[in-house]
This record gives sequence, C-alpha cells and structure tokens, in this order.
Amino acid sequence: MTTSQALPPTLAEIVNDFQELEERDRLTLLLEFSRSLPPLPERLTNHPELLERVLECQSPLFLTVESEKTENGEVVRLYFQAPPEAPTTRGFASVLFEGLDGLTAEEILAVPDDMPNQLGLTRAISPLRMRGMSAMLGRVKRKINSGLRPAA
Amino acid sequence: MPVAVESNEKFAAYAHPERLVSTQWLAEAIASGATSNGSLVVVESDEDVLLYETGHIPGAVKIDWHTDLNDDVTRDYIDGAAFALLAAAKGISRDTTVVVYGDKSNWWAAYALWVFTLFGHEDVRLLDGGRDKWIAEGRELTTDATAVTPSAGYPVVERNDAPIRAYKEDVLAHFGKPLIDVRSTEEYTGERTHMPAYPQEGTLRGGHIPTAASIPWARAAADDGTYRTREELEALYLGEAGLVEGDDVVAYCRIGERSSHTWFALKYLLGFDTVRNYDGSWTEWGNAVRVPIAVGTERGEVPGKN
Repeated sequence: MTTSQALPPTLAEIVNDFQELEERDRLTLLLEFSRSLPPLPERLTNHPELLERVLECQSPLFLTVESEKTENGEVVRLYFQAPPEAPTTRGFASVLFEGLDGLTAEEILAVPDDMPNQLGLTRAISPLRMRGMSAMLGRVKRKINSGLRPAA
Repeated sequence: MPVAVESNEKFAAYAHPERLVSTQWLAEAIASGATSNGSLVVVESDEDVLLYETGHIPGAVKIDWHTDLNDDVTRDYIDGAAFALLAAAKGISRDTTVVVYGDKSNWWAAYALWVFTLFGHEDVRLLDGGRDKWIAEGRELTTDATAVTPSAGYPVVERNDAPIRAYKEDVLAHFGKPLIDVRSTEEYTGERTHMPAYPQEGTLRGGHIPTAASIPWARAAADDGTYRTREELEALYLGEAGLVEGDDVVAYCRIGERSSHTWFALKYLLGFDTVRNYDGSWTEWGNAVRVPIAVGTERGEVPGKN
C-alpha cells in the first residue's frame, strides 16, 4: 500500500480525495481538475520560448517554473498549458498545479517520484498514460534543479 | 436490424462503401431515431481517455482502446466472453449497426473497428472525418450521460485473428510479399523510434522491417480528416507503394493504431482481400531477438536473399 504521509499537505489532500473514490469516480475527479487548470498569464502566452514541451506526454503539454519572492521566502510558481482536447493531460497538470504551486523548491523536490501512482488511476487510464504524469512531475523537478528563472 | 447503407458519389467508388458513413448521414440517422430503437449504436473511441466526457455525439457510448479492448494480464485483446459482456453493456447485439468515430482522424476509431472485426461483428462502419469533422461542422455535442439499455445479449464469439491480424511469426513468413510501414519518415529511417512529440515506448532500435514501403498513414487522409478519394488512394498504394491487385499485404506502425487506419483503406476502400494489421508493430519488432531490420530510406532486401 502506498502512503501519502511524505507529501505536502495540499497534495496529500488531493491524493486522499482520489483514493477515497471508486475507480470510475476518480476519472470524473480528474476531469474536474482538467477544467480548473488556469490559463497562462499573458506575458507567457506572448513568449512561447519560455515554455518547455514535455515530450513524454501523448498530447502537447507545455510548462515552465519560476521563482517568486514572498513574505515567506522564495517559492516556486508553476505554469502549464495543454489544449482542451487533451483533458487527461490537463487533469494531471492541474493536480500538480494545485498541489505544488507556491511551495518551496525543497518541498517540491521532496515529493516522491511515484506520487502519480498514488492517485489510483493506473488501471482506469492505463499504465502508458500514467507515464505522462510521472514525466510531468519529473520535468518540474528537473527545471527546479537546473536553476529557477525569476518571474518577469 | 441493420440500418440502410449510405450511398453517395465519393463512397460509391470504394470497394466497400457500406463501411463508411458521412457526418450528414449520421446526423440524419440519429434524428430518425435509429439510436433510440437499438438498431444503431454510435461508439466514440479516442486517444484521450477523458475526451468523450468533455462532449460527445448525442447518444454515443465510449469504448476505450486501452481499458476496454486490451486484456489486463496477457498483452493481447480481450477474449470472446469479455467482448460479449462489453458489447452487451454498450447496447450492442450481434446484428446491431455500429458506427465508430474518434479523435486524431479516427486512429483509435479504426483500431476499435478492427477489433470488432476480429470478433466478426458484421456491420461496423467508420464515420468519415471522425470527431473533428463533426465538431468543425458545428454539429451537436453533449456532456449528458448516455442512458444505455444493455442489449438482450451478445454471443460469445472467439476472436478469429488469422484473416486480419499478423503476429511476428506471420511477418517473418510474409517476406517477399508487400509490407506497408505507416509511421513517420523519421521513424521509418530509424532517426527516431517514436512519433514526434510522443512518448518513447522503449524500442531499442530504429528503422523498419526490411522491404516495407513507407506510406505515412496521414497521406490517406484529406485535410478534414476524411479518407481521400479512391483515385487518390490508388495513386498512393498502387502507384507509389507498388501494390498490385490481389496482393497479400501487411501494414504496421508503432503499436497498431495508425496502421488500423491504413488497414481500413486497403481492405475496404481499395478492396484488397487479404490485408493484415501487425499490431505488435515496431514496439515488438524493434525489440525482438533475431529479427532483421533495415535502416535509412531504402526499403531493403528480403533477408537471406542477398
């Protein structure tokens, strides 16, 4: 059995929400997440070169991470873009956004790589499609490790 | 009770016009009540497992290529008993007319149609142009859940793979007869082992099956996702690929979905009797022990004959 104890609180809550549902309702929840993915801020839509494509996803997904200085120190802001005809990809992106946006780099890097598997979606959406989500988390971490760009 | 076949000028030129329907025909069939009386079941089959839920043709049911059609344990399609349960649950009887449509120019729809054909479902048709054309024409979509009345039952029919499905051993035995590789040029030459911008599925080697002609699947489709005309398809497959009437053909891609689209064109639009889809495709061949490959733009020689 997997555990969500090591996850940041918001992400742990999301994982619990998924785990408490029946398999088919988990898909519905993922669909709801896909609808709540916020659009990119204008400064990024006008600068596609600042976004990076995640090739492991079946549908086009672009993401970027930025650092932001706040009262609580430096935090990481996440930005994702995926087309409406790719709801599964959008749903994954939205889970990561809600669960990780605004955390510190250390907190995000500490998220276990197998976190996506804890959502209990593997059978409902197939292992191949799950790889896209793991790739997304991996890419976020890689971008943080390679040095954050301050928000424009 | 099967629904009447569509007749129009474009389809009439095809060898089996009864295998295609147009968006207009489908809209009229739905309006006439064919989906409510059980004679017609519309199936959506997409790459994205949640796309159907964002809006589908009214009354359509969803069949997912991964989670519905593949066996959980064996890397294979479901068996006759599982297919019977699936079909019945979707309101399909053995004599139901099934129309399949989907995203990405019907890749997965053609794949689902091919799986229905493995079970010998007689009347299964493809919506020419698929989901995108339906949407582009401003036709109705709904997010309302389809109220499915399960069919009275679907017989347990064991899959008959041999006529339309090739295994790796069949491909080895097929050398000397035509093969069509429908992947991108970069996949064919071996520059890359997966579709541009698609997940790497762990193929060790890049290249193609020796002697295979390269005809990327999309060349069979027009800009609106419909199949090209018979004349255009003949120029492509008889002209460019060099097929001749009566040929025994095997088509393949990476996992068998894009080649289902080409299989459909060869089998039903051009009328080749013996066309098999090699669903193991490059994911199997590119990793298999003791099989030859060819690299580069040349088709290559029949192994053992050079």
